[in-house]
Amino acid sequence: MKKYIKLNINSTEYELLVNDNETLAQLLRGPQLNLTGTKQGCELGDCGACTVLMDGKAVNSCLVLAMQANGHAITTIEGLASNGKMHPIQEAFINAGAVQCGYCTPGMILKAKSLLDVNPNPSRKEIREAFVGNLCRCTGYFKIINAVEIAAKGQANKEAGN
Amino acid sequence: MTTTTNKNYDVLSTSPVRKGVPEKATGQAKYTGDITLPNMLYGAILHSPLAHAKIRNIDISRAKNLPGVKAVLTAKEVSNLKFGHSPARFDETALAVEKVRHVGDEVAAVAAVDEQTAREALELIKVDYEELPILLNPVDALADNAILIHADHPCNICQEVHNEVGNVEKAFAEAFLIRTDTFANKKSDGACLEPQAALANFDLSGNLTLWTSTQVSHYVQRTVAIVLQMPVDKVRVIAPYVGGGFGVKASAGSHEIIAAMLSMNTHCPVRLVLDREEVFMHNRARHQFYHEMTMAVDKTGKIIGHKHLSVLDGGAYSSFGIATIYYNGSLLHAPYAIPNMRYDAYRVFTNKPASGALRGHGGLSNRACFEAQLDMIANEMKIDPVEMRIKNSVQAGDTTASGYYLSSFNMRECLKEARDSSEWVKKKNKLPKGKGIGVSTSYFVSGAGASIYRTDIPQSTVIIKVADDGNGVTVYTGSNEIGQGSDTVFAMMTAEILGLELDDVKVISGDTGLCPIDLGAYSSRQTLMTGNATKQAAEAVRDQILAKISQRYKIPVSEFQLRGGRVLGTEKNQEELSVIRNRYMFEHRHFTNLVTSGPLTFSEVARLIYADSGSILGKGTYRPPDIQYSKEWKGSVVGASPAYSTQTCIAEVTVDPNTGDLTIDHLTLAHDCGFAINRKSIEGQLEGSMCHGLSEALFEEMIFDNKGRQINPTLGDYKIPTTMDVPDMNAIIIESNEPNGPFGAKEVGEGCILPVVPAIINAIRDACGVVIMELPITSEKILKSLKAKEAAKAEYYIYKPPAAADKILARAAELSKGSSAR
Repeated sequence: MKKYIKLNINSTEYELLVNDNETLAQLLRGPQLNLTGTKQGCELGDCGACTVLMDGKAVNSCLVLAMQANGHAITTIEGLASNGKMHPIQEAFINAGAVQCGYCTPGMILKAKSLLDVNPNPSRKEIREAFVGNLCRCTGYFKIINAVEIAAKGQANKEAGN
Repeated sequence: MTTTTNKNYDVLSTSPVRKGVPEKATGQAKYTGDITLPNMLYGAILHSPLAHAKIRNIDISRAKNLPGVKAVLTAKEVSNLKFGHSPARFDETALAVEKVRHVGDEVAAVAAVDEQTAREALELIKVDYEELPILLNPVDALADNAILIHADHPCNICQEVHNEVGNVEKAFAEAFLIRTDTFANKKSDGACLEPQAALANFDLSGNLTLWTSTQVSHYVQRTVAIVLQMPVDKVRVIAPYVGGGFGVKASAGSHEIIAAMLSMNTHCPVRLVLDREEVFMHNRARHQFYHEMTMAVDKTGKIIGHKHLSVLDGGAYSSFGIATIYYNGSLLHAPYAIPNMRYDAYRVFTNKPASGALRGHGGLSNRACFEAQLDMIANEMKIDPVEMRIKNSVQAGDTTASGYYLSSFNMRECLKEARDSSEWVKKKNKLPKGKGIGVSTSYFVSGAGASIYRTDIPQSTVIIKVADDGNGVTVYTGSNEIGQGSDTVFAMMTAEILGLELDDVKVISGDTGLCPIDLGAYSSRQTLMTGNATKQAAEAVRDQILAKISQRYKIPVSEFQLRGGRVLGTEKNQEELSVIRNRYMFEHRHFTNLVTSGPLTFSEVARLIYADSGSILGKGTYRPPDIQYSKEWKGSVVGASPAYSTQTCIAEVTVDPNTGDLTIDHLTLAHDCGFAINRKSIEGQLEGSMCHGLSEALFEEMIFDNKGRQINPTLGDYKIPTTMDVPDMNAIIIESNEPNGPFGAKEVGEGCILPVVPAIINAIRDACGVVIMELPITSEKILKSLKAKEAAKAEYYIYKPPAAADKILARAAELSKGSSAR
């Protein structure tokens, strides 16, 4: 069964026709939107590669039905840069060497945003806990944790007017 | 922390942002599954639900009639030409012919207008199977009366090896101490985050373009051309961004050929993306190994003899296994000097997904067994484990018993740096109860000396083209960037030689339609091999530029130098400089930001040459030098390399004596990578290897039921580490000057996984006196061992592989009796 839903994706309003068994990840990546920055590694919620923000909260978009997202605001990796400038978290990941194959990266960066939005100064332990659902096979996580710390510090400096 | 050779470079030995990383961090990077073409269809594969069966009949009529289905293929409709990895063992077909050999074997394929329709069509295909006896372990497979998985392999032996150098029996007769141990790991998976995917477009001119998530564009191109009976150059393989490989994407897979077949059949582009369960069914990762090792030492602790009996559970096809079985022997010939060695091994077919190559190919499980045993001997002889290793170590300039010449080999420095930075001396034997520290060393190849098929072509060829307007260069290489950072390495080398900024160098790689041949990303070969070819190509460009300017100025080439985007030395004749600069400025008079002072720029001179004689091209080729290996040790060509890396890991752990719960507190890894090109990338490889090694030590195991069905084919049940499992780590770069490497560089990324598992095993023994000789190391195994140790009131307890492993090894011993090893 198909149905129209309304979504705000990266600050743009959409009205989209979706299947009742279509996941948000499939919708985002599919022909209507082509937002393929959202990756799929398992389609079971195990790997976190498809992490997007729904009303600011990180969700595995493979576990959310498109219809469940009706009326909500979605942020994908494509929506993070603004005015041609990358988000500081993206900069931090790039500069810290936290990106290798890059397949987990969009999900990691969005997870970082959801964490720093509620906890702007997390400890390394808190970062570890927050990222437990995002798998990475390449980096050993070390530089990813560093990147989140760097992004947090950058944000703090900015707020302090430095 | 790092040590450095402190050479005077502008670009090399820095930590630049890698090529492609901003694209990955913004979601712009397209992986195969992200690419869509007009009129594209979606492919899906029907896999065998049975581990071993004859196919009596396949009824595709209902699937074909499902609206939206454009093609249904079985072996009847397509090429049944065989392919595989080792040319001597082509034993796979794209779709199963007459029988299936493991759960997941490809039986039929569908192309449809959307993914859901394709999957629905699979359900409508009716396959009539006749079940055959299932062989799930090597002892059943090796039985005299066992059914044959491949008719031409008696006792299901895929390959056997019997090797000896020196005189092992004599060494054992003279030994002070002899010890025998057994060890087993578990079949593991690559668990790349990006599942394999392929997009095939067979166009109306008869050209096939195949985008695929691969480590080896060239081998895929060649394999597809063989099976589809096409000229190689009609097949263009493009590896877009690749989400990890680790070895499992280092051969052509059925899915790539099937996507091509579906496209040929439908005259539409077809995209086929494996789901996670299919990734596990395809597998091709680390073998399950069984080892029995006997080590003989003299009274000073020097290893004088070594016997290794091994069985490899290979799964249903040969895949990489012929190389694996040889590596399993040859990767023990260093980093210790062992004059007398014997190796007997069998790779056995079973009804499971084929095993192949994984990071540290053929060197992880044997290393774990060897190093655990060495530690037990050191302990028995009251020799410090680090001292034991230094005492037995080889060094640069040595030749191993298998004939490998170690042109650079900073093992002792790795050991010392790891020891000092982990404060080994302060901790060893001084930690509180339940805490332990363990060490291991290892070595690895820096590129397989021999290519996979017999050929006279170079292993790497590179073309560098200077932009016609002179602003920068493009490197064309068939090598494969899979997330390890190889594109950046080649760009850095090129920038250094041409005196350019890294941003002035573009890299186009992994596209057989645009790039000259390179054998790809496996055996840790690209930095050394592709790097050498890149260096040569860049030097050819440099030489053309310098020759031209020398000719104009009538001054020797040696008076000029490319640096900082300039041709230094051109300021020596202001008159000549003005002529060239004015000409360039006039031509570019509508452009802003033109250089008006100082020596001529790279662009000005490059444009001058282009105007006179067209594009500036530099060409580089690399073929390994005459690599030494022993003719006495059969098959030692597998393991022969232009250079060898070496590494040391020190693990610190805590064991809870009441629960057996294990915590990895800290890991230190020191790796000799030759000259360090991209330091941050090297650290990334070391950190990734520590995590990957920890994972194989503690978690990874593909578990099968008695019907050969994997019961944990998800990333939830097949565990790899999360942020919560990985401790703080210290990655130490140790440099050496490798004469065969470009700028002295050699491999990083594979070898450094090898010492991690045994360092953890040895740390657990130090912590609580139990030695876990079967992976993965679980709390349950530790607790059982602790209880057994207490019951026996023993100082140590060895957790051995189960009785089934002994049976497997006993059968191998029986079969190898009387085999000639010379």
